[in-house]
Amino acid sequence: MRHTLSVSVENRPGVLARVAGLFKRRGFNIESLAVNITQDPTTSRMTIVVDGEEAMIEQIGKQLNKLIEVIKVADYTFTSTLERELALVKVEATPQTRREILDLTHIFRATVVDVAENSLIVEITGDVEKIDAFVNLVRPYGIKEIVRTGKIVMARGMQSL
Amino acid sequence: MRMTAAKALVECLKREGVEVVFGYPGGAVLPLYDVLYDEKEIKHVLVRHEQGAAHAADGYARATGKVGVCIATSGPGATNLVTGITTAYMDSSPIVAITGQVRREILGKDSFQEADISGITMPITKHNYLVKDPDMLPYIVKEAFYIAKTGRPGPVLIDLPVDVQAAEIDYQPVEKVSLRSYRPVYEGNIKQVLKAVEAIKEAEKPVLFVGGGCINSGASEEVLILAERCQIPVVHSLMGKGTIPEEHPLSLGLLGMHGTVSANLAVSECDLLIAIGARFSDRSTGKVSTFATMAQVIHIDIDPAEIGKNVKAHIPIVGDAKRVLQQILAHIEPKEHPSWIKRVQEWKEKHPMKYREEGEVIKPQKVVEAIWHLTKGEAVIVTEVGQNQMWAAQFYKTKYPRQFITSGGLGTMGFGLPASIGVQIGCPDALVFDIAGDGSIQMNIQELATAVQQRLPIKIAILNNGYLGMVRQWQELFWRRRYSFVQITAPDFLLLAQAYGCRGIRVEKSSEIEEAIKKALEVKDRPCLIDFRIAPEEKVLPMVPAGGSIDKMLVD
Ligand SMILES: Cc1ncc(C[n+]2csc(CCOP(=O)(O)OP(=O)(O)O)c2C)c(N)n1
Ligand SMILES: [Mg+2]
Repeated sequence: MRHTLSVSVENRPGVLARVAGLFKRRGFNIESLAVNITQDPTTSRMTIVVDGEEAMIEQIGKQLNKLIEVIKVADYTFTSTLERELALVKVEATPQTRREILDLTHIFRATVVDVAENSLIVEITGDVEKIDAFVNLVRPYGIKEIVRTGKIVMARGMQSL
Repeated sequence: MRMTAAKALVECLKREGVEVVFGYPGGAVLPLYDVLYDEKEIKHVLVRHEQGAAHAADGYARATGKVGVCIATSGPGATNLVTGITTAYMDSSPIVAITGQVRREILGKDSFQEADISGITMPITKHNYLVKDPDMLPYIVKEAFYIAKTGRPGPVLIDLPVDVQAAEIDYQPVEKVSLRSYRPVYEGNIKQVLKAVEAIKEAEKPVLFVGGGCINSGASEEVLILAERCQIPVVHSLMGKGTIPEEHPLSLGLLGMHGTVSANLAVSECDLLIAIGARFSDRSTGKVSTFATMAQVIHIDIDPAEIGKNVKAHIPIVGDAKRVLQQILAHIEPKEHPSWIKRVQEWKEKHPMKYREEGEVIKPQKVVEAIWHLTKGEAVIVTEVGQNQMWAAQFYKTKYPRQFITSGGLGTMGFGLPASIGVQIGCPDALVFDIAGDGSIQMNIQELATAVQQRLPIKIAILNNGYLGMVRQWQELFWRRRYSFVQITAPDFLLLAQAYGCRGIRVEKSSEIEEAIKKALEVKDRPCLIDFRIAPEEKVLPMVPAGGSIDKMLVD
């Protein structure tokens, strides 16, 4: 099953290589990864989505914890969280179809961030399913390019990592 | 105080108690070597190949329990350390490797003798550093030693650009490390400890399985008390050899592929397996699905990632072997299981380690027995890898921890000789015997020169079978005797010994074994090499074929 790990690490060069190397070495496959700095400039947060059996996920967590620069690892799979992904979708848009695409964008509470003669760029955020749904709906108009970030998650309520 | 970072590094090493470093100079470590030139408190041992430096530092660490230090220049010097560092990593041996690096300005540009050694060693070090800020060096050295020796020990590498070494810094001794992300747990969780106590109380057929963690944490005394108080037979992994005296009635010896019949049967039948500082490697367990199927498993280890990795633990306890055993001992009452002990003793008596004598043909087992006998079981045994290693493990019965030094996890041929150098330098009064193979010894034979230069009275017993014997044994047993590229020639070891300035002795008859060893024991000012021409096709037995169940052993 798919697990979402939230990993707090030292914000230093090389940490990403250590984490990525560990996944490769132990034969674990990263499905998605997002990294950025946190409220504390010395700390970065990685959100890693990985698919595997329970025992394997547990082993990943333990191996991550062994890295000196990993501060904390939490498996957020069974925690109540907010999860977000962001995507930029460049869609072909003719004068005939532009209106429909704008309507769809509106329904999904996405934003058009660039308009050109024959295309639009839509910025959409949400959970994975929402973005997938949007992409599927605009696909018939012709998608020229999609760029998606990795997923980020945060526990709801007072709890923090 | 103002000084170069190189000078500060040496000051830091002294503060860590470093007395000796094993190294090899080059362009990227010139500032450091310039400081070592005047240094009186730290001895520098010049090796003949950087791999030798890493193994020597490792041997030193294993024999003394202190952190071993090796130094190499950038590029090829650094990459030559890699096998040695990996060997230390696999066996949890604390070393600090210091490498030179090209100057910061030309890093990443494929400069002359540039190798990304911090990248290369990421998966084979506990941690590593590329130092870009000279002011950070004292903190980094402090951290590096702390990380190397605490928790589950392991190698740490510090890569130092040559201009960082030369930079002036304001050196202040660093007293403490603060690593928010690294907090090894030593104390066992008391609830888990009590569960273990309960399980030991209930068990009718318990076995203690001790690994390298018992040696690292100095848990011998506690293991022995527990074994005696509750009458629990003890088996060891290769790394755990020496935890308790092997002549102790409760010791069953080595578990696994070339283990004793009694150890393998006891583990297969036990109802409680108490694994302490052992990581259930495939060489110990054989086929996991048939391993100790009747047993509840208590697994005590300082590294949480080892627990449940290979074998399911019913009662996991994260903590230091010695500390957790003390916690258990505080709650445990004496106990007896006479019928279990009787059964185990019967196996032990019925299936001792054995071999067949054949007139004047030299049997390697007999050589090891003779060494054992003539050194009163008190030599520090270092081994190479292959059959020689297994015969040493089977026939040299150790008495104390850190007495048996071998590359267990990586199985590195060429480890023995340089490691012996580190052992002898760390323990000047010890009698050091390297039990070698004719193949392995040729992998780092150049270190004879180092041993001669240092006037080390190391004994090297080459069990010379003219084969890469262990590989030949597999080909004999599992590849229809197709001996593919395992016949290996060697130089005339007597002439070679002479050329290097060692003593050399050749033994071709079984009746001359003892005499030769006695002669070797008299050599005190240089290494002595004994070339034992052993039976070429002798096998290491018992043997559990790779991936087989440990209760199904080939015995002859
Ligand atoms: C560096 C390295 N290369 C290859 C091997 C594979 N290997 C394991 S045992 C062995 C044979 C060792 O021969 P020798 O040193 O003569 O020992 P013997 O088994 O004959 O006692 C080989 C080639 C290894 N362990 N290490
Ligand atoms: Mg051989």
